[in-house]
Amino acid sequence: MKRRKKITLEAVVHLIFLLLGLITVGCVLLITVYLIISGIPAIRKIGLVPFLFGKTWTSTASEPSYGILPFILTSIYGTAGAILVGVPIGFLTAVYLAKLAPPRIKSIVEGAVSMLAGIPSVVYGLVGMLVLVPGIRKLFNIPDGACLLAAIIVLAVMILPSIIKVSVNALEAVPKEYEDASLALGATPVETYFRVSVPAARSGIAAAVVLGVGRAIGEAMAVMMVSGNVANMPGLFESVRFLTTAVASEMAYSSGLQQQALFSIALVLYLFIMLINATLNFFLKNGRED
Amino acid sequence: MTGKKLSAKRRAYVGIMKTLMYISAGLTCGPVIFMVAFVMIKGLPNITWELLSTSPSYLSDRIGILPDILNTIYIVVTSIIIVVPLGAGAAIYLNEYASNKKLVSVIEYAAETLSGIPSIIYGLVGMLFFCQFCGLKTSIIAGALTLVMMNLPTVMRTTEESLRTVPQSYREGAFGLGAQKWRVIRTVVLPGCIDGIITGCILSVGRILGESAALLFTAGIAHTLNNFISGLTSSGSTLTVALYVYAKERGEFGIAFAIAAILMILTIIINLAAELVSKYFRRKKEL
Repeated sequence: MKRRKKITLEAVVHLIFLLLGLITVGCVLLITVYLIISGIPAIRKIGLVPFLFGKTWTSTASEPSYGILPFILTSIYGTAGAILVGVPIGFLTAVYLAKLAPPRIKSIVEGAVSMLAGIPSVVYGLVGMLVLVPGIRKLFNIPDGACLLAAIIVLAVMILPSIIKVSVNALEAVPKEYEDASLALGATPVETYFRVSVPAARSGIAAAVVLGVGRAIGEAMAVMMVSGNVANMPGLFESVRFLTTAVASEMAYSSGLQQQALFSIALVLYLFIMLINATLNFFLKNGRED
Repeated sequence: MTGKKLSAKRRAYVGIMKTLMYISAGLTCGPVIFMVAFVMIKGLPNITWELLSTSPSYLSDRIGILPDILNTIYIVVTSIIIVVPLGAGAAIYLNEYASNKKLVSVIEYAAETLSGIPSIIYGLVGMLFFCQFCGLKTSIIAGALTLVMMNLPTVMRTTEESLRTVPQSYREGAFGLGAQKWRVIRTVVLPGCIDGIITGCILSVGRILGESAALLFTAGIAHTLNNFISGLTSSGSTLTVALYVYAKERGEFGIAFAIAAILMILTIIINLAAELVSKYFRRKKEL
């Protein structure tokens, strides 16, 4: 009798843990299903091609048009710009931290990197709004400094921590024998780091870059505060709107087809993120097999 | 270098790479130092007792952030209370129970996906599901539940990492003494992974404090003073959302910087706490 009771208790506990384990799967399904259900109607009404490739977004006009090409291109350009600026800095800092830095400096710089990761995105936005935007206006002598360039700079700083942390981990996991062999053959330490350690850690570094892409494309608030938020086609000194900020800036007062179109934008953003995740997983798996 | 001297080309390569690395490390630290200093200098003078201890009032033309501080505390407490059992439970399932490799990889993939989803999408889905479908309206509890989804992977990962450091022999010893699985987990495994759970909590608190996009449409932007129980079901802005509203929509930069300074101090505290906790537990495990 007692034994049977014990077995049922075990079974119940097992079941509870199984359900807890499945919660993440449930969340992902919930998000996917909700985005598809709420995102499809507007695309149906507007038409897939006019929606994705339409060049004008005037959701509040009397004859509204919903073309999100400006947002898609802005998100792609903005992310590419942030990667172009952020990756070299992050990569070189990571090599320095993983291989060259003396322990004391390493712990200080690593502290700074964690701090960078912890600063809320609205604080980035605030500082960007009051320092970067006026700075760009004066430097390039344009009427409004809130533009794609400001967003790129803010994003480049914001993705540094992800790039640095993941790259440092990858570089530190490189077997010491590889480096010893290179040093024994007469290469200098710096040559060894860049010609032996970095190629050996390439999967991890690629993963770091992809992670940075994901962070940059998903950032909303900081970008919203510095990019001007007008639905223009992207230009470096143009006031622009990203996929994320398009959703965030109109959600509060939208209704009807306009709101549905915002859900469709979120769906497009979600598809981008899924693509990035799949790429990230590919590189991480590659790294494990190497 | 002993013996032969390096060729000029190689020396130049080494020199350039070293310089570039120093510059990059400087460029990484520069923004941190600048932002901390800038926010502190601009924000600290604006922090007054009145600001911290009152709620905003149009009548007396006063801005106070007490409601925002309280809302932040409510949302942090609620999210952590919910996310810790869920995340730790999921980690325990993965590490202790799961025997089906396919299922494990599905769960892990889902967790990775969750941690990559941008907060604005969490905000939208939270609004559709918790606020509209579940009928919670725009409220602190809806915001907290949205944040639970966001922080689930964090708590799961830290707990899993520390579960892996619990020696297999402990479990085998307990099983050998005749204990059932649940008892082993309760008495041997759980105490061993407490450090991972605490680290997960600290990281989650940091993320919740900094979150704004996911809360804008789920917890709202109201600044009314509530107690914990009535606060849960009513709309309320956290500090970050209040910062955004004051800076972007009201142009009150003094208040925004005061909030930014508070957030910055909290970020520093959380970073230090995470470091101290991990050091403390590492030392304890070595003993």
